[in-house]
Amino acid sequence: MKKNYSPKIIAFCCSNCASSAADVAHKIKKTLPENVKLVQVPCTGRVEILHLLKPFENGVDGVYVAGCQEDSCQYISGITKARKRVDHAKKILSELDIEPERIDVFSFSAARGQEFVDIACDMVERLKTLGPLPKKINP
Amino acid sequence: MIVAEPKPIKEILEMIEDFHKILVVGCKGCVTVCNVGGSKEVGILASTLRIAGKRDGKALEVSEYTLERQCDPEYVDELEDVISSYDAVISIACGVGPQFISERYPSKKIFPGVNTKFMGGAVEHGIWAERCAGCGSCVVHYFGGLCPIARCSKSLLNGPCGGSAGGKCEIAKDVDCIWDMIVQKLMQEDRLDDLLQFRPAKDWTTARDGGPRRMIREELVK
Repeated sequence: MKKNYSPKIIAFCCSNCASSAADVAHKIKKTLPENVKLVQVPCTGRVEILHLLKPFENGVDGVYVAGCQEDSCQYISGITKARKRVDHAKKILSELDIEPERIDVFSFSAARGQEFVDIACDMVERLKTLGPLPKKINP
Repeated sequence: MIVAEPKPIKEILEMIEDFHKILVVGCKGCVTVCNVGGSKEVGILASTLRIAGKRDGKALEVSEYTLERQCDPEYVDELEDVISSYDAVISIACGVGPQFISERYPSKKIFPGVNTKFMGGAVEHGIWAERCAGCGSCVVHYFGGLCPIARCSKSLLNGPCGGSAGGKCEIAKDVDCIWDMIVQKLMQEDRLDDLLQFRPAKDWTTARDGGPRRMIREELVK
């Protein structure tokens, strides 16, 4: 792995819970790692498998979905659907011999600003360990 | 509808190993409805192939196109201006699609991106089940509107076999015995005696056993 490797990460955040958690984090002066870019979505149920894969085409190293707790989704089943799609995207990455841990999904309540930042930092550390997208050893 | 499922990515990657410019072609017919070959799935497969190309350090150009239907020549003709730029085509329609494209563009390498499974319907969101075996001579009205040819593991036409227990087929606990369902339904309708009626043996010459089938409707032929 290159020294000072800084993985690029995209986080799809629900505009209700996770984005509020991000606001709380900002208010308590906790900053997200610079290499984590947030994409706000009206509900994580709107995140399609293609949304999860596209970033990898464009040089991103990891993607995660940050949504509501399963019993508090405003649209009832958004985060449940997101979890299933994340699982499917993980399966696609596995079929390509790419680590499925590069994609994940997390649930937050709106007040969990610290946890929101902690998860972002954990993802950065996880992807630093995994390194850039692998090249096939014996093509 | 015709129900299909995606081929494993590894199998598709092996097919296109020697090609660099790939066109993924979807179909807005049955495979769109069963979420395997519509424009959304074209996007997912194309993206997956691009990620694989990136992983392998291979200069892979993948484009996307979705036809109204791949089982009608006038729609397949639409590819004429597009297809020449590509080395290979992956059709994610049912098995008819890649054949129609292959017949229309014989110099092109055409690969199937899905496995065609059966004629059936969605019994729940995300769950499909077989309902028709395409025997060419429908007899569901004899059996309370249920087809024992498609839905009995042995295609029995004269009642359940000894493997029927508790309404389930012996092949698996989640497979209903269609003969149990037929009998229950006819009992509810007070038509059980319908099953006692003698009928000549089914004419199987209309089925696939008679070789590849063709249908001509003179009133439609130009």
